[in-house]
Amino acid sequence: MNSSVIIFPGSNCDRDMDVALKKFGFKNKMVWHDDDKLPKSDLIVLPGGFSYGDYLRCGSIAGKSKIIQSVIDYAKSGGLVLGICNGFQILTETGLLKGVLQQNKNIEFICKNVFVKINNSENKFFENIDRDILELHIAHNEGNYFCSEDELKSLEDNNQIAAYYCSSDGKVDDRSNPNGAIKNIAGIFNEKKNILGMMPHPERMIDQSLSGEDGSIFFENLLKNLK
Amino acid sequence: MKVKVVVTLKSGVLDPQGKAIQQTLNGMGFSNVKDVRQGKYFDIDIDESDEQKSKQSAEEICKKLLANQVIEDFKII
Repeated sequence: MNSSVIIFPGSNCDRDMDVALKKFGFKNKMVWHDDDKLPKSDLIVLPGGFSYGDYLRCGSIAGKSKIIQSVIDYAKSGGLVLGICNGFQILTETGLLKGVLQQNKNIEFICKNVFVKINNSENKFFENIDRDILELHIAHNEGNYFCSEDELKSLEDNNQIAAYYCSSDGKVDDRSNPNGAIKNIAGIFNEKKNILGMMPHPERMIDQSLSGEDGSIFFENLLKNLK
Repeated sequence: MKVKVVVTLKSGVLDPQGKAIQQTLNGMGFSNVKDVRQGKYFDIDIDESDEQKSKQSAEEICKKLLANQVIEDFKII
Protein backbone atom coordinates (compact mmCIF):
# COMPACT_ATOMS: atom_id res chain seq x y z
CA MET A 1 0.00 0.00 0.00
CA ASN A 2 1.28 3.46 -0.89
CA SER A 3 0.94 6.36 1.47
CA SER A 4 2.02 10.00 1.34
CA VAL A 5 2.72 12.36 4.20
CA ILE A 6 2.51 16.07 3.41
CA ILE A 7 5.18 18.27 5.00
CA PHE A 8 4.34 21.88 5.73
CA PRO A 9 6.81 24.41 7.15
CA GLY A 10 6.41 23.78 10.87
CA SER A 11 5.16 20.19 10.66
CA ASN A 12 6.93 18.19 13.36
CA CYS A 13 5.21 14.80 13.40
CA ASP A 14 5.88 14.06 9.73
CA ARG A 15 8.94 11.89 10.45
CA ASP A 16 7.19 10.00 13.26
CA MET A 17 4.31 9.29 10.89
CA ASP A 18 6.75 8.14 8.19
CA VAL A 19 8.40 5.75 10.67
CA ALA A 20 5.03 4.43 11.83
CA LEU A 21 3.64 3.88 8.32
CA LYS A 22 6.79 2.10 7.17
CA LYS A 23 6.93 -0.03 10.31
CA PHE A 24 3.53 -1.47 9.49
CA GLY A 25 4.23 -2.05 5.82
CA PHE A 26 3.19 1.09 3.93
CA LYS A 27 5.44 2.33 1.15
CA ASN A 28 5.51 5.93 2.26
CA LYS A 29 6.56 9.06 0.38
CA MET A 30 7.07 12.51 1.82
CA VAL A 31 5.43 15.32 -0.18
CA TRP A 32 6.41 18.98 0.10
CA HIS A 33 3.60 21.52 0.52
CA ASP A 34 4.79 23.52 -2.48
CA ASP A 35 4.39 20.59 -4.89
CA ASP A 36 1.17 20.52 -6.82
CA LYS A 37 0.81 16.82 -7.58
CA LEU A 38 0.40 13.87 -5.23
CA PRO A 39 2.18 10.59 -5.88
CA LYS A 40 -0.13 7.62 -6.45
CA SER A 41 -1.41 6.92 -2.94
CA ASP A 42 -3.85 4.73 -1.08
CA LEU A 43 -3.64 7.04 1.92
CA ILE A 44 -2.74 10.70 2.37
CA VAL A 45 -1.68 11.88 5.82
CA LEU A 46 -1.63 15.47 7.06
CA PRO A 47 0.69 15.23 10.07
CA GLY A 48 0.79 17.04 13.38
CA GLY A 49 2.87 20.08 14.16
CA PHE A 50 2.61 23.84 13.91
CA SER A 51 2.27 24.51 10.20
CA TYR A 52 3.21 28.11 9.42
CA GLY A 53 3.78 28.72 13.12
CA ASP A 54 0.02 28.53 13.77
CA TYR A 55 -0.19 32.05 12.30
CA LEU A 56 -3.69 33.54 11.89
CA ARG A 57 -5.48 30.34 13.02
CA CYS A 58 -4.05 26.84 13.37
CA GLY A 59 -4.07 25.19 9.96
CA SER A 60 -5.49 28.21 8.11
CA ILE A 61 -2.40 29.00 6.01
CA ALA A 62 -1.65 25.32 5.31
CA GLY A 63 -5.27 25.06 4.21
CA LYS A 64 -4.44 27.42 1.31
CA SER A 65 -1.08 25.90 0.35
CA LYS A 66 -0.30 24.69 -3.16
CA ILE A 67 -0.64 20.95 -2.52
CA ILE A 68 -3.99 21.29 -0.76
CA GLN A 69 -6.08 21.51 -3.94
CA SER A 70 -4.75 18.08 -4.94
CA VAL A 71 -5.56 16.75 -1.46
CA ILE A 72 -9.11 18.15 -1.73
CA ASP A 73 -9.56 16.61 -5.21
CA TYR A 74 -8.19 13.28 -3.94
CA ALA A 75 -10.50 13.34 -0.90
CA LYS A 76 -13.55 14.31 -2.94
CA SER A 77 -12.94 11.43 -5.32
CA GLY A 78 -13.13 9.06 -2.34
CA GLY A 79 -9.42 8.77 -1.46
CA LEU A 80 -8.49 8.04 2.13
CA VAL A 81 -7.22 11.07 4.07
CA LEU A 82 -6.01 11.04 7.67
CA GLY A 83 -5.34 14.28 9.56
CA ILE A 84 -3.70 14.05 12.98
CA CYS A 85 -3.66 17.02 15.35
CA ASN A 86 -2.55 19.96 13.17
CA GLY A 87 -3.67 17.79 10.24
CA PHE A 88 -7.17 17.71 11.76
CA GLN A 89 -7.05 21.50 12.14
CA ILE A 90 -6.03 21.83 8.47
CA LEU A 91 -8.91 19.56 7.37
CA THR A 92 -11.46 21.75 9.17
CA GLU A 93 -9.90 24.88 7.68
CA THR A 94 -10.22 23.47 4.15
CA GLY A 95 -13.88 22.67 4.83
CA LEU A 96 -13.34 18.93 4.21
CA LEU A 97 -14.40 18.36 7.82
CA LYS A 98 -17.00 20.30 9.74
CA GLY A 99 -16.39 22.50 12.76
CA VAL A 100 -13.23 24.03 14.17
CA LEU A 101 -10.55 23.30 16.78
CA GLN A 102 -10.53 26.11 19.30
CA GLN A 103 -8.08 26.91 22.05
CA ASN A 104 -8.22 24.44 24.95
CA LYS A 105 -10.77 25.45 27.54
CA ASN A 106 -8.16 25.79 30.32
CA ILE A 107 -5.76 27.84 28.07
CA GLU A 108 -3.00 25.32 28.64
CA PHE A 109 -0.93 23.30 26.21
CA ILE A 110 -1.86 19.71 27.01
CA CYS A 111 0.67 16.92 26.56
CA LYS A 112 -0.40 13.58 28.02
CA ASN A 113 -1.83 10.16 27.32
CA VAL A 114 -5.60 9.89 27.03
CA PHE A 115 -8.10 7.15 26.31
CA VAL A 116 -10.40 7.34 23.33
CA LYS A 117 -13.45 5.30 22.52
CA ILE A 118 -13.98 4.43 18.89
CA ASN A 119 -17.54 5.29 18.03
CA ASN A 120 -17.92 4.09 14.46
CA SER A 121 -16.08 1.16 12.97
CA GLU A 122 -17.99 0.97 9.69
CA ASN A 123 -15.17 2.56 7.74
CA LYS A 124 -11.71 1.78 6.39
CA PHE A 125 -9.98 3.32 9.41
CA PHE A 126 -11.52 1.28 12.20
CA GLU A 127 -13.31 -1.66 10.59
CA ASN A 128 -12.53 -4.94 12.41
CA ILE A 129 -10.36 -3.21 15.01
CA ASP A 130 -9.73 -5.51 17.99
CA ARG A 131 -10.33 -2.94 20.68
CA ASP A 132 -12.73 -0.05 20.94
CA ILE A 133 -10.81 1.80 23.66
CA LEU A 134 -7.28 2.94 22.83
CA GLU A 135 -4.69 4.76 24.88
CA LEU A 136 -3.16 7.44 22.68
CA HIS A 137 -1.14 10.60 23.15
CA ILE A 138 -2.31 14.19 22.77
CA ALA A 139 -0.15 17.29 22.53
CA HIS A 140 -2.01 20.44 21.57
CA ASN A 141 -3.05 23.94 22.47
CA GLU A 142 -6.06 24.05 20.14
CA GLY A 143 -7.93 20.76 20.39
CA ASN A 144 -11.21 21.98 21.76
CA TYR A 145 -13.57 20.76 19.03
CA PHE A 146 -16.52 23.03 18.39
CA CYS A 147 -19.34 23.13 15.86
CA SER A 148 -22.83 24.59 15.65
CA GLU A 149 -25.77 22.69 17.11
CA ASP A 150 -27.07 21.93 13.61
CA GLU A 151 -23.67 20.59 12.58
CA LEU A 152 -23.43 18.49 15.73
CA LYS A 153 -26.83 17.01 15.03
CA SER A 154 -25.86 16.13 11.47
CA LEU A 155 -22.55 14.61 12.69
CA GLU A 156 -24.50 12.45 15.13
CA ASP A 157 -27.26 11.57 12.67
CA ASN A 158 -24.76 10.47 10.00
CA ASN A 159 -22.58 8.62 12.53
CA GLN A 160 -19.64 10.90 11.71
CA ILE A 161 -18.17 11.07 15.20
CA ALA A 162 -15.09 8.86 15.02
CA ALA A 163 -13.93 8.85 18.64
CA TYR A 164 -14.68 10.32 22.05
CA TYR A 165 -12.30 11.07 24.92
CA CYS A 166 -13.12 8.61 27.68
CA SER A 167 -11.85 7.07 30.91
CA SER A 168 -9.74 3.90 30.89
CA ASP A 169 -12.93 1.87 31.21
CA GLY A 170 -14.69 3.72 28.42
CA LYS A 171 -16.80 6.22 30.32
CA VAL A 172 -17.38 9.36 28.25
CA ASP A 173 -17.73 12.15 30.80
CA ASP A 174 -16.47 15.61 31.76
CA ARG A 175 -13.61 14.20 33.81
CA SER A 176 -12.16 12.43 30.79
CA ASN A 177 -12.48 15.49 28.56
CA PRO A 178 -8.99 17.03 28.38
CA ASN A 179 -9.68 20.19 26.40
CA GLY A 180 -13.35 21.15 26.57
CA ALA A 181 -14.26 19.56 23.23
CA ILE A 182 -17.99 19.56 22.61
CA LYS A 183 -19.43 16.14 23.61
CA ASN A 184 -15.85 14.87 24.27
CA ILE A 185 -15.23 14.64 20.52
CA ALA A 186 -11.66 13.54 19.75
CA GLY A 187 -12.12 12.86 16.04
CA ILE A 188 -14.67 13.06 13.24
CA PHE A 189 -15.27 11.80 9.70
CA ASN A 190 -16.68 13.45 6.63
CA GLU A 191 -20.05 12.14 5.44
CA LYS A 192 -18.55 9.37 3.30
CA LYS A 193 -16.11 8.34 6.10
CA ASN A 194 -13.06 8.46 3.82
CA ILE A 195 -11.63 11.46 5.68
CA LEU A 196 -10.70 11.16 9.35
CA GLY A 197 -9.43 14.00 11.52
CA MET A 198 -8.43 13.38 15.11
CA MET A 199 -6.38 15.13 17.78
CA PRO A 200 -4.71 12.04 19.36
CA HIS A 201 -1.46 10.78 17.83
CA PRO A 202 -1.43 7.04 17.03
CA GLU A 203 2.08 7.41 15.55
CA ARG A 204 3.42 8.18 19.04
CA MET A 205 2.20 4.86 20.42
CA ILE A 206 3.93 2.27 18.28
CA ASP A 207 6.69 1.11 20.61
CA GLN A 208 6.37 -0.28 24.11
CA SER A 209 9.75 1.10 25.11
CA LEU A 210 8.64 4.64 24.21
CA SER A 211 5.09 5.03 25.42
CA GLY A 212 2.76 2.24 24.43
CA GLU A 213 1.52 0.22 21.52
CA ASP A 214 -2.13 1.08 21.07
CA GLY A 215 -1.19 3.10 17.98
CA SER A 216 0.16 -0.14 16.48
CA ILE A 217 -3.34 -1.62 16.67
CA PHE A 218 -4.62 1.30 14.62
CA PHE A 219 -1.94 1.11 11.91
CA GLU A 220 -1.95 -2.70 11.62
CA ASN A 221 -5.71 -2.70 11.28
CA LEU A 222 -5.69 0.16 8.76
CA LEU A 223 -3.21 -1.68 6.55
CA LYS A 224 -5.28 -4.86 6.76
CA ASN A 225 -8.41 -2.93 5.74
CA LEU A 226 -6.68 -1.43 2.72
CA LYS A 227 -5.28 -4.70 1.36
CA MET B 1 -6.42 52.19 -0.35
CA LYS B 2 -6.14 51.17 3.26
CA VAL B 3 -8.82 48.97 4.72
CA LYS B 4 -9.19 48.05 8.37
CA VAL B 5 -10.68 44.74 9.38
CA VAL B 6 -11.73 43.50 12.80
CA VAL B 7 -12.36 39.78 13.36
CA THR B 8 -14.17 38.77 16.53
CA LEU B 9 -15.57 35.54 17.91
CA LYS B 10 -19.30 35.13 17.41
CA SER B 11 -21.37 35.69 20.50
CA GLY B 12 -21.93 32.43 22.32
CA VAL B 13 -18.56 31.00 21.27
CA LEU B 14 -16.31 30.35 24.24
CA ASP B 15 -13.36 32.78 24.45
CA PRO B 16 -10.96 31.41 27.10
CA GLN B 17 -8.40 34.20 26.58
CA GLY B 18 -11.04 36.91 26.91
CA LYS B 19 -12.26 35.22 30.07
CA ALA B 20 -8.73 35.11 31.54
CA ILE B 21 -8.24 38.81 30.73
CA GLN B 22 -11.56 39.66 32.39
CA GLN B 23 -10.65 37.71 35.52
CA THR B 24 -7.22 39.38 35.65
CA LEU B 25 -8.82 42.82 35.33
CA ASN B 26 -11.26 41.96 38.11
CA GLY B 27 -8.27 40.84 40.24
CA MET B 28 -6.48 44.13 39.49
CA GLY B 29 -9.36 46.03 40.97
CA PHE B 30 -11.40 46.72 37.84
CA SER B 31 -14.38 45.10 39.46
CA ASN B 32 -16.80 46.73 36.99
CA VAL B 33 -15.46 44.70 34.03
CA LYS B 34 -18.21 42.21 33.25
CA ASP B 35 -16.91 40.59 30.08
CA VAL B 36 -13.96 40.73 27.66
CA ARG B 37 -13.94 39.31 24.15
CA GLN B 38 -10.61 39.18 22.37
CA GLY B 39 -10.37 39.74 18.61
CA LYS B 40 -7.94 40.40 15.77
CA TYR B 41 -7.28 43.61 13.86
CA PHE B 42 -5.80 43.87 10.33
CA ASP B 43 -4.54 46.89 8.38
CA ILE B 44 -4.66 45.98 4.72
CA ASP B 45 -3.20 48.10 1.93
CA ILE B 46 -5.02 47.33 -1.31
CA ASP B 47 -3.67 48.67 -4.60
CA GLU B 48 -7.01 50.13 -5.65
CA SER B 49 -8.29 53.72 -5.54
CA ASP B 50 -12.02 52.94 -5.73
CA GLU B 51 -13.45 52.60 -2.23
CA GLN B 52 -16.24 50.27 -3.27
CA LYS B 53 -13.85 47.90 -5.04
CA SER B 54 -11.43 47.93 -2.10
CA LYS B 55 -14.18 46.98 0.28
CA GLN B 56 -15.35 44.23 -2.06
CA SER B 57 -11.82 42.80 -2.12
CA ALA B 58 -11.58 43.08 1.66
CA GLU B 59 -14.85 41.24 2.09
CA GLU B 60 -13.65 38.40 -0.10
CA ILE B 61 -10.32 38.31 1.78
CA CYS B 62 -12.17 38.04 5.09
CA LYS B 63 -14.44 35.26 3.88
CA LYS B 64 -11.66 33.26 2.25
CA LEU B 65 -8.89 33.64 4.82
CA LEU B 66 -9.03 36.12 7.67
CA ALA B 67 -12.18 34.87 9.39
CA ASN B 68 -13.32 31.32 10.02
CA GLN B 69 -17.03 31.88 9.75
CA VAL B 70 -17.86 28.82 11.82
CA ILE B 71 -16.87 30.80 14.92
CA GLU B 72 -15.87 34.29 13.80
CA ASP B 73 -17.53 37.45 12.49
CA PHE B 74 -15.68 40.18 10.62
CA LYS B 75 -16.24 43.90 10.27
CA ILE B 76 -14.65 46.16 7.65
CA ILE B 77 -14.18 49.59 9.18
